[in-house]
Amino acid sequence: MKFTVNKKEVFASTGGRPFDKKKPLIIFIHGSGLSHITWVLQTRYFAFHGYSVLAIDLPGHGYSEGPALESIEEQGKWIADVIDSVGVKEASLVGHSQGCLVVMECASQFPDKIRSIGLMGGAGAIPMNPELLELAEKGDPKAVDLMMDWAHGPAGHFGGHPVPGLHHINLGGSIVINGSVKNALGVDFRACDNYKNGFEAAKKIKCPAINILGDRDRMCPVKEGKKLADNIKDSEVEVIENCGHMILLEEAGKSLAILKKFIRNNHPAE
Amino acid sequence: MDPKTYKFDTISLHGGYMPSKNAGSRQVPIYQTTSYLFDDVDHAAALFNLEQGGHIYSRISNPTVQVLEERVAALEGGTAALATASGMSAIFLAIMTLCNTGDHVVVSSQLYGGTVNLFRLTLPKFGIKATFVKPRDTEGFKKAIQENTKCIFGELVGNPGNELMNMPEIVKIANEAGIPVIIDSTYQTPYLFKPLEHGADIVVHSLTKWMAGHGSSMAGILVEGGKFDWLKTDKFPTMTEPYEGYHGLSFAEEFGPVAFTMKARAEGMRDMGPCLSPQNAWNVLQGIETLSVRMEKHCSNALKMVEYLSNHKSVAWVSHASLKDNPDYELAKTLLPKGTGSMIAFGIKGGKEAGAAFIDNVKLASHLANVGDTRTLVIHPASATHSQMDEATLKLANMSHDMIRLSVGIEDIDDIINDFEDGFRAAEKPRLVANK
Ligand SMILES: Cc1ncc(COP(=O)(O)O)c(C=O)c1O
Repeated sequence: MKFTVNKKEVFASTGGRPFDKKKPLIIFIHGSGLSHITWVLQTRYFAFHGYSVLAIDLPGHGYSEGPALESIEEQGKWIADVIDSVGVKEASLVGHSQGCLVVMECASQFPDKIRSIGLMGGAGAIPMNPELLELAEKGDPKAVDLMMDWAHGPAGHFGGHPVPGLHHINLGGSIVINGSVKNALGVDFRACDNYKNGFEAAKKIKCPAINILGDRDRMCPVKEGKKLADNIKDSEVEVIENCGHMILLEEAGKSLAILKKFIRNNHPAE
Repeated sequence: MDPKTYKFDTISLHGGYMPSKNAGSRQVPIYQTTSYLFDDVDHAAALFNLEQGGHIYSRISNPTVQVLEERVAALEGGTAALATASGMSAIFLAIMTLCNTGDHVVVSSQLYGGTVNLFRLTLPKFGIKATFVKPRDTEGFKKAIQENTKCIFGELVGNPGNELMNMPEIVKIANEAGIPVIIDSTYQTPYLFKPLEHGADIVVHSLTKWMAGHGSSMAGILVEGGKFDWLKTDKFPTMTEPYEGYHGLSFAEEFGPVAFTMKARAEGMRDMGPCLSPQNAWNVLQGIETLSVRMEKHCSNALKMVEYLSNHKSVAWVSHASLKDNPDYELAKTLLPKGTGSMIAFGIKGGKEAGAAFIDNVKLASHLANVGDTRTLVIHPASATHSQMDEATLKLANMSHDMIRLSVGIEDIDDIINDFEDGFRAAEKPRLVANK
């Protein structure tokens, strides 16, 4: 679905069902350089089970008009604008990686709009490796290869996609390459590196939260994920075994099952 | 700082498979089953509606076949793959996924014979028409594109004339026209050439050939590049418009870089059903384990055979892109730095009779219709596959009565050459042989 936020065109997948503002809304927010495609194994389920779903492409990503927003604070505010733009009062938010920072910013700035938050691979801060940051800002596709290497656990490197025939690393890489390494990934990495407000934002969050972690995640190690959860008042943690940072795809089924339970409890559909 | 993702030879052995998820079995298990248990009603519904991944029924997917799919996707640098019962069914599925009745495709005129028939005779029955263009006629590809053209299809090195398509130029033409390029890479395998790295959008293979190598099993595959933006125009309704078969799903919107494979599986496998058996998938996996070492030997043996044939008094001409006087020599050097493959065509002095005598008198080289076996294969098209054709038709197919098609195997080169000597000796006096 295409709609307008702050006079710019935005694309969001509605999970294969028409958007219906009478149903409880879940907004899915992708990670650095990625797009709505990463959520396909979560969104369709919720869309066909009583929810309205918006897996948004952040500005300058996927099919949303650019430029990309340069700070996590702006991105958090922008999610609140999305909620207003579609004429809804409140939503649950689900984020992956950088998307988790955005979720926390939004939930801390706009507590009245957010019912519950689901994080996948959520850390309080995402300091970037300087070499990787530089490569991405230069638009060097090597940044994508490095990111895909680090982001994936064993399933990414050997095989066994939940959807038969799909290849984890090449699929992830092509989402980033089809966007812009320089203008999306580079801007995102810089925004992550600059962002220092994660733990402060976490402390202000009033809604229920869950952080779903992978025990083989090299980008957000379990220790970091737990540290973040400790700073959110009403939070729980689930750790998935043998899983890297691409939890939403590597362990799509398990992460969906956890999310299903959490959202149904905290933001039930009729 | 470099990524530590596995490289080609490692992927050939390990790609797509984790023992830890398969009872620790070091070798890939053969999942000889038709169907898979659902956890509950909710799970079944979610699988059928593509809300969740997983196996339902082996016509759609199978865990052994999945290993092959991921391995080949990894070797080709693709986002996804769909294995099929044969190379022909992979080509058919690719076209049927992309095209509606009334659509048009531009294809190279030098293709495997079965593929020519598919485009010439079978697809028109479904209202899909093709224009054939000679592989070296790059401008011709551009001129042949119409309003309703949905793709360009070709083999990098044509069969049996060994003529090259100028892929980089043809990719530019396709990009300008906003249509995808589909390459049948059977003869190259990803060891010699990765079409996706050169701008192709979909790769198809007959895995029956060099990929498997052993000549024991039929199999095919299609691999998606993931870079083609189906949503950029309204040219590809089969990819972009709500699909009734899945509650109005738009494959391009939901699945982006894997939309083509998802559609080919969800619609093509469901409705046409050319699924690969797990046993054959396993057989092909055994072959792929040694792809690099085999291809290296195929190519080095081929070069030795080219040299031997070029200097032989009974040989009128040799066609192989490794030869300096071949019009494609320079292009082949840039596109195929690791080797131009193991298919050689040569003309035997003495024409059709000599060709037949040669074939009848080689003993090590197998006389059959396949290519890409680890064993050396020969055929004399004028007296076998193309025996019904007259002189004019042979010429159109760029073939002649004296042509012998050779698929060089990985036997000891001395033995292949000794065998050919016997064949040539007999060919020099074909009448004697015939009278014997
Ligand atoms: C280049 C090429 N493509 C496709 C095919 C068809 O493949 P299969 O025989 O596996 O159906 C062949 C078979 O000879 C081939 O040589």
